[in-house]
Amino acid sequence: MFFRDGRGDRGGGMAPGRGKRGKKDREVKKLAECRLEQSGTVLAVYLSGEIDHHAAGRLREQIDARILAASPERVVLDFGGVGFMDSSGIGLILGRYRLLQDTGGVLAVQGVSAQIAKMLRLSGIGSIITLEGSANV
Amino acid sequence: MKPINQTKITFPSRSSNEAFARGAVAAFVAQLDPTVDELADIKTAVSEAVTNCIVHAYPGTIGNVYITVSIFEDGRVRLRIADKGVGIADVQAAMQPMSTTGGAERAGLGFTVMQTFMDTLRVRSTPGKGTVVTMGKTIARRC
Repeated sequence: MFFRDGRGDRGGGMAPGRGKRGKKDREVKKLAECRLEQSGTVLAVYLSGEIDHHAAGRLREQIDARILAASPERVVLDFGGVGFMDSSGIGLILGRYRLLQDTGGVLAVQGVSAQIAKMLRLSGIGSIITLEGSANV
Repeated sequence: MKPINQTKITFPSRSSNEAFARGAVAAFVAQLDPTVDELADIKTAVSEAVTNCIVHAYPGTIGNVYITVSIFEDGRVRLRIADKGVGIADVQAAMQPMSTTGGAERAGLGFTVMQTFMDTLRVRSTPGKGTVVTMGKTIARRC
């Protein structure tokens, strides 16, 4: 896929890779992905693309496999690359929260857009999950 | 009031079609020149309604999801999402926030989201025959 801003071929619509994630990346990317980065006892989950019921199933499997294998004390869900989310994303967060309650870890959410913050407010999830950084909920 | 434009989209109740449904409706509504937020609200509401059909309407099998998008002179958008599936026995109960029959990973917020993000919401259902969700939103006119 060729992008007109001169960033060149991204290899057939695959993940943009590391580098600055701006608003444009958030909007363009459709297929949901997660990039997992472990640092000590903290697991960072960088989510990108559109999170719906279809995507949540896949994401859940990948994230849970790592949580069960690594037993992190803290898991941070980063929504910086997520351009769209429906309430399946709330289910994704809640499911991970419940799993971490079993394994003994805490969950934090960061990097949400205004639209996602609106969804989080609606769900009342701010009362049980730590919302950090730009997550003005 | 008759719509000035309308489209009908039909597709099987596969979760891989959720993104397509959002994109198709957004593409059609674009002619009203909605703001980014208005479009996001509509896409989210469509996603919720379509997901309900996919998760609940046809247990153990695949059926069709029927979307009708209508546009009116005054900038109003009407979304009709229907299925011919199992239906909802108690619509009032189903529309309660956090009420779900979809398992531990479902938040039960679909109807709440539709109600909040759209201006109007109506749900009609007959067990054994199907469900129709009708939602409306007025796109602000900008000169």
